[in-house]
This record gives sequence, structure tokens and C-alpha cells, in this order.
Amino acid sequence: MRGREDEWTGLMRSAMAGDDAAYHRLLKAVTPVLRAAARRGLTRAGQPPDQAEDIVQEILLAVHLKRHTWDSEAPFAPWLFAIARNKLIDALRRRGRRIFVNIDDLAETLPGEAPQETASAGEVTTQLNTLPQRQRDVLQSIAVDSASIKDTAAKFAMSEGAVRVALHRGLAALTAKLRNH
Amino acid sequence: MDTDQLIRTLAADNARHAPRVGALLTTGLLVAAPLSILIFATFLGVRSDVMSAMHNPFFDMKFAVTLSLAIPAIIISLHLSRPEALMRGWGWLLLLPVGLLAVAIGSEAMMAPAMPMTMRLVGKNSRACLSAIPAMSLPLLAGALFGLRHGAPSRPALSGALAGLLSAGLAATLYASHCTDDSPLFVATWYTIATAAVTAIGAVVGSKVLRY
Repeated sequence: MRGREDEWTGLMRSAMAGDDAAYHRLLKAVTPVLRAAARRGLTRAGQPPDQAEDIVQEILLAVHLKRHTWDSEAPFAPWLFAIARNKLIDALRRRGRRIFVNIDDLAETLPGEAPQETASAGEVTTQLNTLPQRQRDVLQSIAVDSASIKDTAAKFAMSEGAVRVALHRGLAALTAKLRNH
Repeated sequence: MDTDQLIRTLAADNARHAPRVGALLTTGLLVAAPLSILIFATFLGVRSDVMSAMHNPFFDMKFAVTLSLAIPAIIISLHLSRPEALMRGWGWLLLLPVGLLAVAIGSEAMMAPAMPMTMRLVGKNSRACLSAIPAMSLPLLAGALFGLRHGAPSRPALSGALAGLLSAGLAATLYASHCTDDSPLFVATWYTIATAAVTAIGAVVGSKVLRY
């Protein structure tokens, strides 16, 4: 458990220093833990656990947009679990139940828990369709068509800088829509 | 969109670096400050006997009290902008202005009273105090909330209340240079009521706008 969390902290430090691959690996590594916590939270609130993926994606977006609030001298796991807990409580509350989430639930996920394959979620996709055309195009190109920023720029005759701006604005807008829907 | 696709998209956006919350809080307050100062200059202004007032320790004490509210509130609000941060271990900082006021009230009580207690308490400016501090606070509160929105507070209402405290502390610092009521009893009463009102507004607005 300690080892896993130290590894996360190391990956996040590299990510903040500009290592995109480390960031990708970190997000992949934390996702099964978040998924297990979301399923448990939903089950305990008497909700169907099949909505867990929506919550996982909301947590990942929040982690991404708020990562500057992580102190690189501090361990990553407590920060991650605090974000996850807040988003989980929000999500459950929106689903009509006030519920308390124990932070230990997140930390205690067994390392042996079977990593689930990636799953699709409806809410992000629904909100994606309400974004302005340009942001939607860029997000879809990078997310769904796995295009790089460079390829996306070429495809839409945009500069790479403009693609980056549209990508970031799109992710921020998506998060705001998920929060308020 | 499946989660792997989302993760890939987030990784593609990794190069984008957001400024620190402290930088945006500073920006928000600096943008708002001219508005508050404009309100001060238009309706209040520095009291005319300021040079002689500076020799009065109770005049100086007002600034110690208001700044000992504003500065700790800024520090705690930044601390709480991290999601895993707890109030525990930090709340005592907010007792600083309370302690200072208690000492000031005690020392005033030991001196031969220049005025009866009720006059010191009610003063000449209680109504001005109750409207001027909140009025000058509001731009600062908006600026503080703008900056703190950039954080990830786990308790948005609490962070909003701290934004209220810090803006009221700064506004009260301006107001203290105008007001001729220097008795700590006056400060403890009217400044506190004005600050509480701004803090309540901060908590209500914060609970909405500081969610992330």
C-alpha cells in the first residue's frame, strides 16, 4: 500500500515537471481504485453501481483541473482521496441521497482487486455534445480518434496552440456542465 | 467517451499549467482594491486629526486588530484551498484579533475614563461603521472569491466565510483611518457586527461558487 502510494507521488511529480507519459500512467493506475470506491459508495447509498463510471470520470476531470493545488512536497494519495471523496459526495447528493463517505474506504482498496477494463460513461458523452463546435471537434479528435495535438491541428487547420487552448477550455467547460447538470 | 479515452485526453492537456491559488487571490484583491478605495475616498476619507490620533495607542490598536484578522484569514483561506487541508491547527489564528481586543478593552478599563462607557460603546459613527465596512468589503469579497475559485476547497461555505473575514478585515483597516471612535469597546461591538454580516454573505456565496 505504501509502495503504491509512493509510486503515485513519484509519477505525479514527474507529471507536474512535464512528463505526459508519467501523467498518463498515474491516471491509469488510480482509476481502478477510484472505480472501486465509486461502486462501493453507490451500493451503500442504494444506487445501482453501474453509474460508477460517470463518477470516476468526474473525479478524473477534477483531479486534472485542480492538480495545481497539490503540494509536490506532500504525498499524492491524501490529496487524491480528498478530491475523490468530495466528488463522490457531490455525485451521490445529486442523485438524491445525503451520504457520508469514509476516506478510509478509498485507501483500503485491496491491491489485488481485479482491475476492470475501461468502461464507457453516459454523462461525459452527453455533455460533450453541448460544447461549442470547435471544442467538441478537438476533444473528439484527441479522445475518440486518438489523434495527437499536431494531427488535430492539421486536420482542422488550426495552430497547435489553438488546439491546446480549445482542448483545455473544452475540459473545463465539460467539468462545469457536469457539476451543474 | 470511455475512461481510457478521457485519460488520454487529460494527458494531452498536461502541458497546460495553472497559476497558484495565491497568485490569483492576490490578483483578485488587487483588482478589487481600487473600488474599495474609491468608496473610501468618495464617502469617508481619512479623519482630519489623523496626525494627533496616531499618538493615541487605541487608534493604532484598531489597525492591529483589523490586520490581525485580515492576514490570518488570507493565510487560512489559502491553506483550505487544498482539498485535503483541515481547519484543525489553524483556527486559533483567528483568535488573534479577539485576544488583542480583550487586552485593549482591559487596558482601557484600567484608565481613568475620558467618556462614560455607554458613549464609548455607542460612539458617533456606529451607523456609518455598519454600512461602510460591508460596502467596502463587497468588491474585496468578490475579488477573494474569484481567486479562491481556483482552489479545490473541501468545505466551500467555510472557505467563503474566510473570504468574508479577510475582506472585512481589509475594509475595516481602511475604515479605521476614517472613524473617530477609537474605544476598543466600539471596535468590539460595531466592527464585529459588520464583519459578521460580511462573513455570512461570504459563506452563502462561497457555498455556491467555490464548489468545483
